Amino acid sequence: MSSMVSNFLSRRGFLAAAAGLVGGAGLLPLAARGFPAGQSPPPGEHVPPAVPAGSAAPPAHGLNTAVGEVDVRRMAYDPSAFLTAFERGRVSRLPDGRTLREFQVVAYDKPIEIAPGVIFPAWTFNGTVPGPTLRAREGERIRVKLVNAGTHPHTIHFHGIHTAAMDGVPGLGAGEVPPGKSTVYHFDAEPFGLHLYHCHALPLKRHIAKGLYGVFIIDPATGRPPARELVMVMNAFDTNFDGKNEVYAVNTVAFHYARHPIRVRRGELVRIYLVNMTEFDPINSLHIHGNFFHVYRTGTRLQAWEYTDTIMLCQAERAVLELRFPYPGRYMFHAHQSEFTELGWMGFFEVSDHGV
Amino acid sequence: MASESAAAGSTPVASRGRVWGYALLPLVLLGLFVLFFLRVGPLGVLRAAFPPVEDLTITRVALRPGLMEVFLTNGGPAAVTVAQVLVDDAYWHFTIHPGPTLPRLGRATITIPYPWVQGEAHTITVLTGSGLTFAHIVEVATESPRPTRAFLLSFTLLGAYVGVVPVFVGVLWFPFLRRLSRRWVHFFLSLTAGLLVFLGVDALEGALSSAGAVPGALRGTALVAMGLLGSILALLVVGRLAGGRAASSRLVVSYLIAAGIGLHNLGEGLAIGAAYNLGQIALVTLLVTGFMLHNTTEGLGIVAPVAREGAALRHLLALGMVAGAPTIGGTWIGGFTYSPILATLFLAVGAGAIFQVVVEVGRLVASEAAREVATLLNTAGFVLGLAIMYFTGLFVAL
Ligand SMILES: [Cu+2]
Repeated sequence: MSSMVSNFLSRRGFLAAAAGLVGGAGLLPLAARGFPAGQSPPPGEHVPPAVPAGSAAPPAHGLNTAVGEVDVRRMAYDPSAFLTAFERGRVSRLPDGRTLREFQVVAYDKPIEIAPGVIFPAWTFNGTVPGPTLRAREGERIRVKLVNAGTHPHTIHFHGIHTAAMDGVPGLGAGEVPPGKSTVYHFDAEPFGLHLYHCHALPLKRHIAKGLYGVFIIDPATGRPPARELVMVMNAFDTNFDGKNEVYAVNTVAFHYARHPIRVRRGELVRIYLVNMTEFDPINSLHIHGNFFHVYRTGTRLQAWEYTDTIMLCQAERAVLELRFPYPGRYMFHAHQSEFTELGWMGFFEVSDHGV
Repeated sequence: MASESAAAGSTPVASRGRVWGYALLPLVLLGLFVLFFLRVGPLGVLRAAFPPVEDLTITRVALRPGLMEVFLTNGGPAAVTVAQVLVDDAYWHFTIHPGPTLPRLGRATITIPYPWVQGEAHTITVLTGSGLTFAHIVEVATESPRPTRAFLLSFTLLGAYVGVVPVFVGVLWFPFLRRLSRRWVHFFLSLTAGLLVFLGVDALEGALSSAGAVPGALRGTALVAMGLLGSILALLVVGRLAGGRAASSRLVVSYLIAAGIGLHNLGEGLAIGAAYNLGQIALVTLLVTGFMLHNTTEGLGIVAPVAREGAALRHLLALGMVAGAPTIGGTWIGGFTYSPILATLFLAVGAGAIFQVVVEVGRLVASEAAREVATLLNTAGFVLGLAIMYFTGLFVAL
């Protein structure tokens, strides 16, 4: 008990110091790990899985798992690569010296494999569910072009502070963008924190449940301490359209990280951008085994709110979590709604001294 | 007449070939038309616009220690692929034989190593490649009977308790019936008709509800119609043939009644075996006691037609066996390989047989009654027959 408390205190101290001292430089290593500015992986060509071939974990969690393997190549989406894939857009400088960051998001229909052999007729942003993780810095000018190449009218509604016309809801500004049309949303990146974007066309439930959502990160101007950063979107799929979910996951594919554990280095700072996009269930949660984490609610402050091992988030709620794994080994993470766990929302961290 | 047949007999070979040609021409044209329709017809357009309709049916779930066996039939118009299996809202490991893709009317068996809990409910859900779900609830989990000697003996005893014993108890009314006047024999025949109508309606209801569990493409309701009409027509023919030869048409009526009741009792046996298979032990006890009471009156019905003229002991024994023994077969089928298809068919055949027998009984009374069939006494008998079945039936009602 006492060692846990001292461990906690020392880590708190380190974090506070790191936030103040390291400042903006902290993000540099992250940029190197993500995709270079202005370049996103072209559709169809995805980064190979983080786990080397042949080292795939044996079916974890006993017999409570899906049978078979999802074809990530055919799907052109790999949940392991998605964890660390940040879309930074095209950067240029405005006459007033501010940075202009431009993104393009194309909405189109695409069947995706959400559990081995289970094909979901999704609506996607840029061909994946979740859509690309858009990342900007506090105070930048943002321009997002939405191209609707789908079969239904869509919008992008960004969480953040912006004008009513840029809200991406029916009847305001461009409103619903019909198929074949496009629009541009522009606003300033504020406040810093962990946000999300999603389609707000009607009927709302259907457009979100079909997969039209993604993560939107605004880094604080001062930056955050360097860390291994992971994006985790808690989501679920109602495959038979009965208003209840049949498949639960983090980053779409049921049991993916049970088969392909997330590899982290012992002692390194791990930062999780956790977003709840689960439709039909009011709340979802994350519990990490053998560890505790610091919670930065919505990521809008640089001081941790709490130190816990389980966090509950309502729909669209999100939190930045920070933790270090002191011991090597395999540590489970999952929703603490055991029903969701057994329906696919679980995985493992693989902690070792050589890391990724 | 004679000249016509002579002309037909001398038809040349070439002309006979032409007759065959005329017979086959419409078939060939129909075949070509169907082929054309399937290739380029409007169906192709419709098919392109709609996702395939999947219709998987879980016909049976067998429980073994630590293991679930799920029997599937694809009753839909297109092939269906089983992608995942959930037990109690949890994805679970499984194997499927012969393979995950079931063609139209194809069957497969899923084996799931699952620690099911004795006496509790479990839900098995099959998730297809297109995300549709097909669920089956095991209401009370218990190990499924295997055709071992012990189980075979138990089911045989159950069948005998329900079918054979009560029917013979009913047959013991025979000496009593023999001492009655014609008027009162007609009363008891009417009562028999009442019993039978009730049993027939009961069997038909059972057939129709069981039809709901039949895979779509096998069309349960059509199966009921086929079984019902098929057995009515078959018994009609059998009755005519046997009635023409046998010395006593009353004995034939008795046998027909016994056969009809036998088919009905087969259905009862199925119900008992299936209830056991589904783990509803309390229901089994209820069914057995209820059917015992219920079936005693059936013996009365069987011997009523021969009450006046009498029947040899061997006939009485045979009648009892014809009516009672199928119950045993029913418990076997229901207990070991319960299939909604067989159950539906048997129940429908039983219902048809019973309705046909009612007609025979009515005809018997009519042939003997001087003027009026619907006398006060006969009507009272008929109503009493319905009432007896209704009230003894309460013992099986849940
Ligand atoms: Cu939409």
